[in-house]
Amino acid sequence: MSPPEQRTPPPIAGGATVAEPTYADVNRDVLATLRVPGNLYFTWMCVVGLILTCGILAWTYQIFMGMGAAGKRTPQMWAMYITTFVFWIGIGHAGTLISAVLYLFRARWRTSIYRAAEAMTIFAVLTAGLFPMIHAGRMWFAYFLLPYPNQRLLWPNFKSPLVWDVFAISTYLSISTVFFIVGLVPDIAALRDASTGWRRRVFALLSLGWEGSDRQWRHYRRAYGLFAALATPLVLSVHSVVSWDFAMALVPGWHSTLFAPFFVDGAIFSGFAMVLVLGLPMRHFFNLHAYIRDRHLDAMAKLILVTGLVLTYFYICELFTSWYSGDHIEKASLFWRLTGSYSWALATMYFCNCFAPLILFWKKARTNPVILYVISILVLIGMWFERFNIIVPGLAHDFYPYTWGVYVPTITDTTIIVGSFAWFFILFLGFIKLMPSLSIVEVKETLAAPIKDTRHAGHH
Amino acid sequence: MPATTEILGVFAHVDTTVRALEELKAKGYHDLTVYTPVPVHEIEDVVERDRPVSRVRLFTLLGGLTGLASGWIITMWSSARWDLWVGGKPAYGIPVSPPYVVIMFELMILFGGIATLIGMVTLGRLPKFRTSSSYDPRFTNDRFGVAVHCAAERAASVRDILRAAGAEEVRA
Repeated sequence: MSPPEQRTPPPIAGGATVAEPTYADVNRDVLATLRVPGNLYFTWMCVVGLILTCGILAWTYQIFMGMGAAGKRTPQMWAMYITTFVFWIGIGHAGTLISAVLYLFRARWRTSIYRAAEAMTIFAVLTAGLFPMIHAGRMWFAYFLLPYPNQRLLWPNFKSPLVWDVFAISTYLSISTVFFIVGLVPDIAALRDASTGWRRRVFALLSLGWEGSDRQWRHYRRAYGLFAALATPLVLSVHSVVSWDFAMALVPGWHSTLFAPFFVDGAIFSGFAMVLVLGLPMRHFFNLHAYIRDRHLDAMAKLILVTGLVLTYFYICELFTSWYSGDHIEKASLFWRLTGSYSWALATMYFCNCFAPLILFWKKARTNPVILYVISILVLIGMWFERFNIIVPGLAHDFYPYTWGVYVPTITDTTIIVGSFAWFFILFLGFIKLMPSLSIVEVKETLAAPIKDTRHAGHH
Repeated sequence: MPATTEILGVFAHVDTTVRALEELKAKGYHDLTVYTPVPVHEIEDVVERDRPVSRVRLFTLLGGLTGLASGWIITMWSSARWDLWVGGKPAYGIPVSPPYVVIMFELMILFGGIATLIGMVTLGRLPKFRTSSSYDPRFTNDRFGVAVHCAAERAASVRDILRAAGAEEVRA
């Protein structure tokens, strides 16, 4: 067993200290998060629900009117939908990083945030999955993407990165969901044992009759490690495949081997920002200060800082490679991105992704929820603009001057994109009241196991 | 066959649970069920001492290989069905396989993951529709349980072992 962590309760904001919880405290505190919510929660649900309704109406309008309603004009056929698709896929990556990669590295601070992060992954991928369908226009033909025997003997082109994407993302969604549900099983068993009536019956069914016997744990533990080992290369592959949607094309500014690591790093960067955006209010409203401690915030802030610095390095590489390539078209495309119609978007991206996170070098900022929240929002904005800056200016200014053209958003596509955020938040808000958003089992694992004879404790 | 019985000891601490397990094993009781709210290393060390590693990994391996093979078959076979030369290259075959590696990889992970799930569920004998007689709801909260299956006439000595080790509660 690894050495026990520091046992003295570290101070939280306001100078008060929180004692180390016991096993029973964990059950009690997690169950408390599932109590009937108050008015604030329902107000939020209503606001989010209204925005989602607007998004659905806008999509309906787009289906009725055609893709012109979304501002799609040659050459701007990808525009904001694919931008937002890549953005949401990226958000998901932090969840898998926390639940699988940090699990394999035995980073014990992950336990208190991993459940919420994993839920975030699934909801982000579910949101991202909408966009290819919204973008394709006639989404009732979406099943054409799947390989199935048909009378025309047509099969998907397996050499196309777009088909790789279908496979990568559906695998990612399936494996993340399995991982998430497997993690939930022992926790639902704890809910079952603490509840009565119809709730008990529902939880009993969902927990698969989990009892925590040595046989169950034995296979569970082994399976969990294997899931983590499968999810780790998967998460790295998913955003690489998404990046190849661009990098495999010959468009100047896209055709680069840098794209795969560049996208993966950006995904983790934005994902951690989203974890904080969801986790900080959760910690505040559910009063989880004993579990999501300052050192957890500090660890996440450090990861944002590191991935942000790596991203800055990639931006510099991108500029350098473009210039050093000596390729006229490549250089022209870059020059236009820096100075043309979308230079404001590029400036926003550099500010949000390269400069704003630098404040996290300061230790106090890393544990201050307000500063962290602001930085996280900026990072999310910056990362959305990063994808925008790849897709829109890239297509706006390629090889032939006669195909150049700028893209202007319309109310329809903007509403759909804002609606996608509502879809994500409504799923998350629903989740935190229906299921334990803090893992009962994993949090207990990091606590000191109850020992009667403390003289012999820690001999192991 | 002699009548058997089941004795359950409920423990509040890890060290007392470990003591009971060591004692029971030393006395030759091997038909034990241990309930824990979380996997605890100290308890696992005793319980898993003379057991082989869980066979879940076999499921993962077979699932992964199946996925790899299906990825290869679907890409090659469907390309052969639509035999079109692109960029001066044949539709299928080893030289044009690299793009198919992505599909093979993704299916390997997908099938491997699903097989792992199946392995975990079947080997762990889930789903379990009837609660075990020795199960107690406290075992998902903060108590540890040791259930001993033994011949009816040895029940008294098992009770003594559990009590001596520090069980809070011993029941049949």
